[in-house]
Amino acid sequence: MKELMYPFDSRYILKNRKKIRKELLSDKSERLKKKIAVLGGSTTDDIVSVLDLFLLDNGIEAEFYQSEYNKYWEDAMFGNPELLSFSPDLIYIHTTSRNITDFPSGMSESREQTDCLLKKQYEHFEGMWQRLGEVYDCPVIQNNFEQPLYRTLGNRDAWDFHGRVNFISRLNMMFYEYAQSHENFYINDINYISAQYGLKEWANPKYWYMYKYAMCPQAIPEFSFNLCNIIKSVFGRNKKALALDLDNTLWGGVIGDDTVEGIEIGHETPLAEAYLAFQNYLKEQTQLGVLLTVCSKNDEENALDGLNHPDGVLKPEDFVSIKANWEPKDRNIAQSAEELGLLTESFVFVDDNPAEREIVSMQLGVVAPEMNAPEEYIRTIDRNGFFEVTQFSSDDISRNDMYKANLKRTQSAAKFESYHDYLLSLEMTAEIEPFSPVYIQRITQLTNKSNQFNLTTRRYTQNEIEEIAGSNDYITLYGRLSDKFGDNGVVSVVIGKIKGDELHIDLWLMSCRVLKRDMEYAMMDSLAGECRKRGIKTIFGYYYKTKKNSMVSRLYEQFGFEMMSEDENGDSEWRLEVGEYQRKNDVIKVVTDSVSVVN
Amino acid sequence: MNKNELWERLNEVFRDVFDDRKITVDENTTADDIEDWDSLEHINLVEAVEQEFRMRFKMKEVSGMKNVGEMARIIEERGK
Repeated sequence: MKELMYPFDSRYILKNRKKIRKELLSDKSERLKKKIAVLGGSTTDDIVSVLDLFLLDNGIEAEFYQSEYNKYWEDAMFGNPELLSFSPDLIYIHTTSRNITDFPSGMSESREQTDCLLKKQYEHFEGMWQRLGEVYDCPVIQNNFEQPLYRTLGNRDAWDFHGRVNFISRLNMMFYEYAQSHENFYINDINYISAQYGLKEWANPKYWYMYKYAMCPQAIPEFSFNLCNIIKSVFGRNKKALALDLDNTLWGGVIGDDTVEGIEIGHETPLAEAYLAFQNYLKEQTQLGVLLTVCSKNDEENALDGLNHPDGVLKPEDFVSIKANWEPKDRNIAQSAEELGLLTESFVFVDDNPAEREIVSMQLGVVAPEMNAPEEYIRTIDRNGFFEVTQFSSDDISRNDMYKANLKRTQSAAKFESYHDYLLSLEMTAEIEPFSPVYIQRITQLTNKSNQFNLTTRRYTQNEIEEIAGSNDYITLYGRLSDKFGDNGVVSVVIGKIKGDELHIDLWLMSCRVLKRDMEYAMMDSLAGECRKRGIKTIFGYYYKTKKNSMVSRLYEQFGFEMMSEDENGDSEWRLEVGEYQRKNDVIKVVTDSVSVVN
Repeated sequence: MNKNELWERLNEVFRDVFDDRKITVDENTTADDIEDWDSLEHINLVEAVEQEFRMRFKMKEVSGMKNVGEMARIIEERGK
């Protein structure tokens, strides 16, 4: 929704939240259902009600638990039956500098004494995080601390260990240490957001005295938006690709008219510098796994000339898809999406032309933030948090290369007589093994972001995956596929629950970047082999229909399963006698240390 | 700003905040008269009124307000 995209009108959101909520819910789209516990050290009601809007806009319908006023610590440490039975999918701890109970006072304390004080404040929190980890086993988001309202020592407050500013900075550093050494623990950086908003307004004490709000209500939308970005990223709702216009978006001027010598990029003019900074920013994004595509009304030759401008940073090889033609842009984005095996909703469209933005967002529902002046491009994209980094796996670093290798494969496919010959020519090798610790993060990430080739669309937290990996009640398999063009990384995940001599498939998913490579058959061969080894006689498969996974509605049929039932929603149940299964894959070489492949 | 205009704008704010086109407030309206008017909505209401009339209530005024009439009187003094 436009009203909820940055830059938004905070006052409008605050005043009209009931109306906005109704509107969001009226689109009847399918949303992830999540339970979020908010443990507050100050009033949280409005924070939650605005957070709710941003989450809905990101496809997440949340149910909330809120602790009693300032009972965050008690709720965490001593347990609370209500919170226990709520069984949160995520816990958010809303504390601020108002919750620091003890600061150094005056100048008389020694360094040791303030260190001791600091340690005490820190342990109050650390103990709580550990307790939450033991009891709830779900992602935890913790605020850091914003700068204090006043500085008794003036500027000295920043560097002298007696100062509050110094104390808060050191406490924040300790929080970051914890975040660096603990998975599934995230910092909500209110220190940054309050500075960005303006601490003077943010910390207006009137709202603390009157309502026990740790910030001014006008700042709540900015605050909740920032928090929402972490949550939606944890739940796999990040965007994946940028579709970028060229003229007046990546450089100044129109290359078709101005020629490559005439466009503004580099250090020659102020505008040229602004565009260069934006290109640099986008280049950084590619290193985080964000995919760049070009979507421009231009002759391709001109587009490539522009991207090869000697002063530019982005080169043609930085893009996984370049569409420079005179077709409507929504069609080009849809086509790029198809080639890359992505949903169009995973794209962000970046164009200086409001008419193009309007068409693309109307036709495809693709988000298209307002891009007004090149000096503000970075801030607009950055503050929207489309690609908020929470989990980061080594696959993210090489994602651009993987997609480019994929395009090469598509091109070479055209040369073969039969598709089978083509698959053989790829010289594919798959590593199919039970879950192992190095891949836990990637596996979790896949369970949270795969939508299309996903039979049950069950989402798992990292802790759940770890637990399943260590349990004897499950058969788990991950599949990693490489070929002569490169390594695709871990692309398929299967979880089956053992009940006597039956196996029930809880999860079967595959990344769309390896569609039509027979990888699913290789996985099934290994699953069947593993079942035989363990004396399992029957495998039960389940297909739960969503708006996105119709491509796999008959997957089990292809494997040779028999349909047991199908209801009016389109959900179906399938069974296979393991003894009757026949090996399906003959194009991928499977290497494995421990898993038996069926013959 | 005359009295009529003030009440018209004030009513619009109430209707937006409580998302109810049927609301009409007068001098004597209190929180008891509007179903959704709890302490939480009170914060939003005060914010929305401040925004509409481009003024700020002092802390003392907010805690002392007994009905919409008192709110209107303060707006009359300082609002735009």
